[in-house]
Amino acid sequence: MSQEPIRERMSGNEAVAEAIRQVNPDVMPAFPITPSTEIPQMVSSFIAGGKVDTEFIPVESEHSAMSAAIGSESAGARTMTATSSAGLALMWEELLLAASNRLPIVLTLVNRTLSGPININCDHSDGMGARDTGWIQIYAENNQEVYDNYIQAFPIAEDARVHLPVMICQDGFITSHAVENINLLPDQPVKDFVGTYEPEEFLLNPGKPIAVGPYSISAYAMEAKRAQAEAMENAAEVILEVAKRFEEMSGRSYGFFESYRMEDADYCMLIMGSAAGTAKQAVDEMREEGKKVGVLKLRVFRPFPEKQIAEALKNCKAVAIMDRCESYNGNCGPLGSEVTAGLYRNKVNLEAVCYTYGLAGRDFTTTHVKEIFGALQSLVEEGKKIPHNQYIGLRTKK
Amino acid sequence: MRTDVKKINEQTPYEDLTEGLMMFAGGTAKEFKTGEWRTNTPVFLQEKCRQCLLCVPVCPDGSIPMDGEKRLDFDYDHCKGCGICYKNCPFGAIEMREGCEVPAKEGKEA
Amino acid sequence: MSNGNYKLKAMLQQPERLTPGHRMCAGCGATIAIRAVLRGLHKEDHAVIGNATGCLEVSSYMYPYTSWEDSYIHNAFENAGATLSGVETAYKALKKKGKLKEGENYKFITFGGDGGTYDIGLQSLSGAMERGHDMVYVCYDNGAYMNTGIQRSSATPMYADTTTTPVGVNSDGKVQYRKDLAAIIAEHYVPYVAQTTLTRDFTDIHRKSEKAIYTKGPAFLNVCTPCPRGWRYPMEDVMEICRLAVETCYWPLFEVDEGKWILNYTPKQKLPIEDFLRTQGRFAHLFKPGNEHLIELFQQEVDKRWEDLQYRCNREE
Repeated sequence: MSQEPIRERMSGNEAVAEAIRQVNPDVMPAFPITPSTEIPQMVSSFIAGGKVDTEFIPVESEHSAMSAAIGSESAGARTMTATSSAGLALMWEELLLAASNRLPIVLTLVNRTLSGPININCDHSDGMGARDTGWIQIYAENNQEVYDNYIQAFPIAEDARVHLPVMICQDGFITSHAVENINLLPDQPVKDFVGTYEPEEFLLNPGKPIAVGPYSISAYAMEAKRAQAEAMENAAEVILEVAKRFEEMSGRSYGFFESYRMEDADYCMLIMGSAAGTAKQAVDEMREEGKKVGVLKLRVFRPFPEKQIAEALKNCKAVAIMDRCESYNGNCGPLGSEVTAGLYRNKVNLEAVCYTYGLAGRDFTTTHVKEIFGALQSLVEEGKKIPHNQYIGLRTKK
Repeated sequence: MRTDVKKINEQTPYEDLTEGLMMFAGGTAKEFKTGEWRTNTPVFLQEKCRQCLLCVPVCPDGSIPMDGEKRLDFDYDHCKGCGICYKNCPFGAIEMREGCEVPAKEGKEA
Repeated sequence: MSNGNYKLKAMLQQPERLTPGHRMCAGCGATIAIRAVLRGLHKEDHAVIGNATGCLEVSSYMYPYTSWEDSYIHNAFENAGATLSGVETAYKALKKKGKLKEGENYKFITFGGDGGTYDIGLQSLSGAMERGHDMVYVCYDNGAYMNTGIQRSSATPMYADTTTTPVGVNSDGKVQYRKDLAAIIAEHYVPYVAQTTLTRDFTDIHRKSEKAIYTKGPAFLNVCTPCPRGWRYPMEDVMEICRLAVETCYWPLFEVDEGKWILNYTPKQKLPIEDFLRTQGRFAHLFKPGNEHLIELFQQEVDKRWEDLQYRCNREE
């Protein structure tokens, strides 16, 4: 490690705010919504206290937050915002435009369930609802990861091969509000890592006007979408390059996902976000009992690392795919759909059971994890039939 | 990365279109000729014109070019033939003719 | 020639910032207004032009043809105010960080139709005005959603025949009178609000545009821009229709400068509203026998609002 870490204790929201302070972006339009509200609050205090020279726009809605972010980023300013749940849903139209206009905006999403019923607690329905908007999506297990991911977001987004917006996701309350230990980086290396934002073309470039957001006839629109898809494909290699550079600075290593005790695992739990910590704890306990179990914690959901996931699972006997989101398709959540499709396309044939857990903040415990691994084992070893789409922790008469 | 609009057309491969379909140039629409929309065509009768310029700002298409303080003949590449200039000329110096055809230039104007 | 003409000559020396080659309809009133507003910009200044989705947007920047000589951004229908807020704030940020040279000045002007301004974009506009961004929002008010095919808006005048307020045995057209958006924005206590339209010498719209652009802080212009297609009149008549809108007091010319209401024009003899209505096919049904009372009701509404405006403009004297 090239830099001495700064040991601290802070919440996920504080960790993001600290990263923002270090990056010192040009503009932040934001509108408060639980549980992300603290982030614009903290940035506002940094501004008031002279710790950053970011311009804050106290917009009147999240739709306007993303609209202003699009204006600001097009104008040549490094721009970021924060939101949750309904706020992200209200931005939906603008999320698509941020991506199709190829603007490297960074949004920190503090995951919270979507209404209804209205509820302020964590699940991934907000982020998953935006999965096809053309944003890169990176999920974190804890405050350390969200801090590290945030710093990596700008170099990924602004890379000329990419030019796409990035969503840095953390679990509402569980990560955003829980105070944990964290290793922070000193300011200067972070600033050097992120660099200054020097777009080639932007609105405020005297003598070099540009035009953003055309009406496109069909003869161009499909081509534009394909070019955008290619940028998302390019993002995969850029994410790994940036992670490597980040590791050189911080000593912390990142990829598309983390394979935890997967070397010889027969049974795998594929999961995203804070619940991966619970899964790892259960796996440690089960390994003590000699069970060959492991966790695949997905970090990068967009672009979706389908081949790499298939490769990581090819020697397993069964996988539990954990969705913290209901997609109402009658089969499984979005992660279930994408992972199983990926396994099929890559000709990896194993039992895959889809679970829905933790909706609207429902507890998810090591007991649940052990039950799931037990079910996978009985499915494979005893041929016991189990439903391939199940809820965890649900009260039922059945 | 400035854009040459003449290099973009409906046959251009996607790799060669501009990023995000942005244009890295201003005023490229001049290359798009709207003159063929005309069903009626204004004719500038220079000898009747007193250069009051009332016709210039009423044109929706900026198709009455100026040279210093004087208006010139119509920009027929873009004039859509709406007739607003004709209607607002106090001196009868604009005449409307049926059809899209550009009137032949008279010798004295050249 | 008159002094007015001298001014027109000077005005027309401004560079043309909206190029020909746009696909607005032949005879479009809005485009005449856009050209006039842009002449309010001083030669040496740069601008970023914003635009709500609408006729103007789909016609002036159809890839790869932009009619804008300046930098331009269209985002969506309902957010022209917020989008330009972002651009203007980026300008502040870049200036502060020394990324833009001294003397390189930008002005921020956004255009929206009445749909994008009175209706779907009202929140975004209100937010931008309230926050005090140094920008001008120009509404080209043609009194209906023309881009989607002449549906009513809250700017559509009473009794207008539109595709969502069609005239029939049970309908006299739109039921409600129009929203007074200039007054609503004036109530935000922004530095400058004005209502204008196309007049023969273009002095009113020119002066107000220049003032709006060079007033520090948010400014709003509401410009009546007839639409030959939606209003159903011969396209060459646009200037006459604008004149009648003013002379009947349907569209008074006024401004609110630092909170002070100023009436810019009082007709020598206020013309009856039917002089304005008669010119347009969308009001044809009002002239059928038995509908005289509708014109009377329209006249009453015009009179009431004209009196209100005069009261606002005279109350300090």
